[in-house]
Amino acid sequence: MTLTIDRIYKQFGRYPALTGVSLEAKDGEFLTLLGPSGSGKTTLLRVLAGLETPDHGCVFLDGVDFLALSARERRIGLVFQQYALFRHMTVAKNIAFGLDVRPRHQRPAHATIKARVDELLSLTQIEGLGGRYPAQLSGGQRQRVAVARALAVEPRLLLLDEPFGALDTKVRKELRGELRRIHDTTGVTTILVTHDQDEAMALADRVVLMNQGRIEQIGTPAELDAAPASPFVFEFLGGCNRLPCEVGGGVARFEGFAAPLVESIPTKDGYGVALFRPADTRLDLGANAAGLPVRIVDIRGRGALRTIECQTLGGLRLTAELTEQAAAAFEAGQRAKLTARRAVIDAQDAARPDASATVEKLASTTSNAVRR
Amino acid sequence: MVALAPSLGTILDVRRRAAWREPSALPGFRGAFAFTLVYAGLIILLPLAALVARPWEHSPADLVHGILQPRTLAALRLSFVAALAAAVVNTAAGLVIAWVLNRYDFPGRRVVDALVDLPFALPTAVAGIALATLYGPNGWIGSLLAPLGVKVAFTPLGVFVALLAVGLPFVVRAVQPVLEDLDTALEEAAQTLGANTLQTFARVILPALSPALLTGFSLAFARGAGEYGSVIFIAGNMPGVSEIGPLVIVTRLEAYDYAGAAAVGLTMLAISLAVLIATNWAQVRLARRGAP
Repeated sequence: MTLTIDRIYKQFGRYPALTGVSLEAKDGEFLTLLGPSGSGKTTLLRVLAGLETPDHGCVFLDGVDFLALSARERRIGLVFQQYALFRHMTVAKNIAFGLDVRPRHQRPAHATIKARVDELLSLTQIEGLGGRYPAQLSGGQRQRVAVARALAVEPRLLLLDEPFGALDTKVRKELRGELRRIHDTTGVTTILVTHDQDEAMALADRVVLMNQGRIEQIGTPAELDAAPASPFVFEFLGGCNRLPCEVGGGVARFEGFAAPLVESIPTKDGYGVALFRPADTRLDLGANAAGLPVRIVDIRGRGALRTIECQTLGGLRLTAELTEQAAAAFEAGQRAKLTARRAVIDAQDAARPDASATVEKLASTTSNAVRR
Repeated sequence: MVALAPSLGTILDVRRRAAWREPSALPGFRGAFAFTLVYAGLIILLPLAALVARPWEHSPADLVHGILQPRTLAALRLSFVAALAAAVVNTAAGLVIAWVLNRYDFPGRRVVDALVDLPFALPTAVAGIALATLYGPNGWIGSLLAPLGVKVAFTPLGVFVALLAVGLPFVVRAVQPVLEDLDTALEEAAQTLGANTLQTFARVILPALSPALLTGFSLAFARGAGEYGSVIFIAGNMPGVSEIGPLVIVTRLEAYDYAGAAAVGLTMLAISLAVLIATNWAQVRLARRGAP
């Protein structure tokens, strides 16, 4: 079941939700649509489900024009964030719904439906819950039912819209693994929408990163990490520190700070704002070490990772993320030198900006981000 | 308006929570609960107690005899059958109207929405006179129906028509909020699973609305059975044919037969109460379906 999406446009009133989105999903592939809210990922999923009609563009599944089919003819499985279970039906009835509503000559026999329901109950590991009503289940169990219900019709595509958004972290992680296992068992081509980059990276064969109705980059999690196509991709996948820098020879420099630039994003020499991830940030206590002089303000976190909050002499806040062991050497109040393993340049300017003004602006946006 | 009567468990829950919340800026639980009991007692229970106490002035045999008169029985039957028929029709019509008001946006939607409440606001006698004029042999609608041999005014059919007008708001207002809360994702889920429009309606939407529909039905029925003002002007009040139960009560009162009037009243109360309890029971069961 190869899915081909070709130049889809969709506008809601004057708001463009999708502006020329094209992508291809291979048979049995697991794609995640990742992006901030308003990036068009849910709209794209609803176009595939037949719940929205695009203004322009084509969708083909194995060469068949998908857009010519109504939602009920497409035979897709759709899973919603809020489960959308039929609360007056038992779990078994919910799962059987897609088979029960088939015209009589296509409807499997009672025994066949029952066997299929049992099979799905065990696939989603909710054996024994068939006789319960949705209200009697936990959130995680409800979402398992929703997945089983979507799979009952042997869908050609499994579409999931933020399926774990309403669940707590522990259940979310558990279900994530389950979903990947279910996908590998059934082999159904799967597209999952999420705004959580960890979820997208953990689950997908390939991640489709969207922004403002366009696709920023498509690639495996490793590709996105190693070779981001734009500063947006780099920042969205890691969360970033910002520092005004001088750019030259593939390196960003600022008062002792020097970070090699990611090669996948072309950069001109000059000036710009360097983005670097807390996880790529290094701290050194040595008096003669190279790096930007900072003062350690705060060390937080538990488990294997520590977040170290630093402040430059100019008042700019920067964050480093270190392992527990590496962080043990530091304490609040110390002076250190800060560098980064790699960086990308955003908002590149040809002329040198007024450095102090930029620092002030960055300081205010950073503190906003921290407060949030 | 999901459950008409909270169960004892809910009452106790409230009590437990209220005890925790004291002291609070708002009056505490004790005061509010005492007020509720006294007020409900004065307004609802005391008059009912008087009604229950009254018929026994005569012997029980007289009481039964007073009710079993053919004229009384016919009136009671008309009141309840017409109320039942009107409530059934209103349940269907109210669902359609609530659906249109909720799912479609059209010019004048708010006006139509406000119109639904009009039967609540209009003095029932005014509604009755208006209907009688409209459906009378010379009225706009009556004159159209007359050549077809259909007589509405001054027949049992008139009673039914009047009760249609009276009961509609109950159904619409009971269904509307539930319909508003109904997640459209349910319909989308049904659609993507291959259900057609009819299946989506019958298997997904209707079951979700059924507790509210039942509430609307029972309210419309109870109101219809006891309706007096709007009915007497259009009914014609022919004994045994188009005379309603409440009118029999009024007639007996005018003849100073207070015990007899109370006997008929008590009978109507008993029947209405039985229907309300039955629908309420079914409604609570439907609403709680699946809850632990």
